[in-house]
Amino acid sequence: MIFQPAIIALLLASLVGTMMVTASLPFAVRVLRFWDTASGSESQLEMEKRTYLVSTLLVVVLLSELASLILFVFNADRMSSLFVGAMCAVGTLNVNEFGFPTLYLKIIVFFAASAWLVLNHVDSRGFDYPLVRVKYGALMILAPLMAVAAGVQLAYFLGLRADVIASCCSTLFSGATQVTSDKLAAIAPEASLAGLVAALGLVMVAGRRALATGKGAVVFALLSLVAFAMAMEAVVAAISVYVYELPHHHCPFCILKGEYGHVGYALYLPLFAAAALGLGGGIAQPAARIQSLAEAAPRIMRRCVGSSMAGFGLFGAVTVWLIWRSHLILIEPERLLFFLPGGQP
Amino acid sequence: MRLWLNKQRNLLDFSLSSLSRRRGKTLGMLAVYTSIVFLLASVMLFSHAIRREAATVLAKSPEVLVQRMVAGRHDLIPARHLDAIKGIRGVQSAEGRLWGYLFDPAAVANYTLMVPTNPRIEPGKVVIGDGVVRARSADPGDLMSFRAHDGSLVQFKVDHTISRDSALVSADLFLVAEEDFRRLFGIAPGLFTDLAVSVRNPREVIKIAEKIDAALPDTRIILRDEILRTYESVFDWREGMLLVLLAGSILAFAIFSWEKASGLSAEERREIGILKAVGWETGDVIRLKMLEGLVVSLSAFLVGYLLAYAHVFHFGAGLFEPVLKGWAVLYPKYKLTPFVDELQVATLFFFTVFPYTIATVVPIWRAAIVDPDTVMR
Repeated sequence: MIFQPAIIALLLASLVGTMMVTASLPFAVRVLRFWDTASGSESQLEMEKRTYLVSTLLVVVLLSELASLILFVFNADRMSSLFVGAMCAVGTLNVNEFGFPTLYLKIIVFFAASAWLVLNHVDSRGFDYPLVRVKYGALMILAPLMAVAAGVQLAYFLGLRADVIASCCSTLFSGATQVTSDKLAAIAPEASLAGLVAALGLVMVAGRRALATGKGAVVFALLSLVAFAMAMEAVVAAISVYVYELPHHHCPFCILKGEYGHVGYALYLPLFAAAALGLGGGIAQPAARIQSLAEAAPRIMRRCVGSSMAGFGLFGAVTVWLIWRSHLILIEPERLLFFLPGGQP
Repeated sequence: MRLWLNKQRNLLDFSLSSLSRRRGKTLGMLAVYTSIVFLLASVMLFSHAIRREAATVLAKSPEVLVQRMVAGRHDLIPARHLDAIKGIRGVQSAEGRLWGYLFDPAAVANYTLMVPTNPRIEPGKVVIGDGVVRARSADPGDLMSFRAHDGSLVQFKVDHTISRDSALVSADLFLVAEEDFRRLFGIAPGLFTDLAVSVRNPREVIKIAEKIDAALPDTRIILRDEILRTYESVFDWREGMLLVLLAGSILAFAIFSWEKASGLSAEERREIGILKAVGWETGDVIRLKMLEGLVVSLSAFLVGYLLAYAHVFHFGAGLFEPVLKGWAVLYPKYKLTPFVDELQVATLFFFTVFPYTIATVVPIWRAAIVDPDTVMR
């Protein structure tokens, strides 16, 4: 099923992106081996000029990588009408064994790409290319990651077969059974929400400390990844249930649909941005040790941590609002009497 | 933040004025870019609109169709199958349908013959669709005659015509009474073309289909969902095919924009040289040039998309109609319902802006690394 416009676009983006990153690998090797700012040789000057090309290309490619994550999920949801038993993106991704790995890899590439972009941004603030080796070293990790993600995505799309009417007999009994319930959904909503509150609280505490003292951004980065995981789990176990107002519907994708007012975007966009920025804060802080970045790196770190905290805060606010407006009572009110007056009746 | 915004605004100001200084080049680029977006957007808008049209039409069709198969071919189905189906719990109603195709040598076209059950048509009368009216220039009260299966003449009097509003499905319709239908084709009473089954609860459709399959092994069962799915993927496939064919033009466009971006005039090179001499860094020049590209991209995208919208929904998509719609003598005249889809816009963005941006990165970089002293000499 390659001849589908969105699929062609996704394949095009991942192919071009992987090619661009792979093509800059030989240059990365050269930088790692021969980079020497003290030298005024021809090749050093040429390399310095070329870093601009590679950075610009990668910014474009990585931004397209981020956009393609959204397009991928959106398209998976849209294609569900083509498969028997698929009702949303989960069904489409379950059509073959490469569906979910593609999604996970795309999310990993998203975080790796945004980390690289922060690194690039920090590096560009210093006049003497202070992080150039780290940057191109990181590219060595990013390139295979992107290649694997592109390959798995290709395998996934090649393996898709729409259930269309066959001329011999009807295909209706090919019935793929759809299982939405995950291990994630098995966690009790109280536990997952409590975990989310704890994780968000820790993130906020660590963030305040990082903003005040300029230290601890690495801890903040780790915590924001933990909070990201907790938040995703809470979405599956509890938040989505509140949105659907059905105790057994745990789908993390259906909240993106128009029926629910695309409310999922209000949850996911701040969450992904917050986690990525938190990661960026952790990357920016160690750079402050370099002399030429002593002023710029802490500033970038503060900005990253601040925006990340705002993102997590927004996610939390949207969550509270969703639970508040929901007509579903998932957790017995008596158990919450201490701190919540309960949702709407 | 304020500072940052101001900086971006000034940069945008500068890039707009530098674009307007090279008016000819910018307009040429815009024209090519716009036509590429227009081409791709037309294909996408058209196929999406027609897909929706098909879905709305099919929404009213019966949930399950049962056809008898003999030696792998569709055959007439006996009425006794109806009783077997009606006995299944959950079936709301089941009725036999009579339909077929009739070739009219006078119009050199095929009509779709159907026997409507509600309201019934009187024997000897016929109700015709818009396409038939045009092909035969028939008016109510006119007589039309056809040769039946045994060579005898069957005559119909046009009762009335179907309004053009539903032309997409009714253009080639030719509605007759059951008696006339059977006489025309020599179909014995008690035989139908196929059976239409309606099911009360949509979640039971698959179970009921399974039961019909078990009770009547010589039939094939077609679900409405399956028809929808098939249409969907057929249109997807056609749209994708056309896009792949147009890939050549996207590639040509990428090469064109590469050429345009790398063919810097002496004037422009001097400009960049001066900028660098007054303190701009390579990164700033790249940012400026990217911003120029962004301005061109977004304007071309907007204009191209709007033109495509007008082309498809106001001028009937004359350019691609035959490829996407298929072809027939009695083609309906109709206007598509305007419909814009977010996914489609995002996809189109990937098809046009992404190649353009990638293709211009290297030329922009080349322009940005020039040394001020070499160009100002």
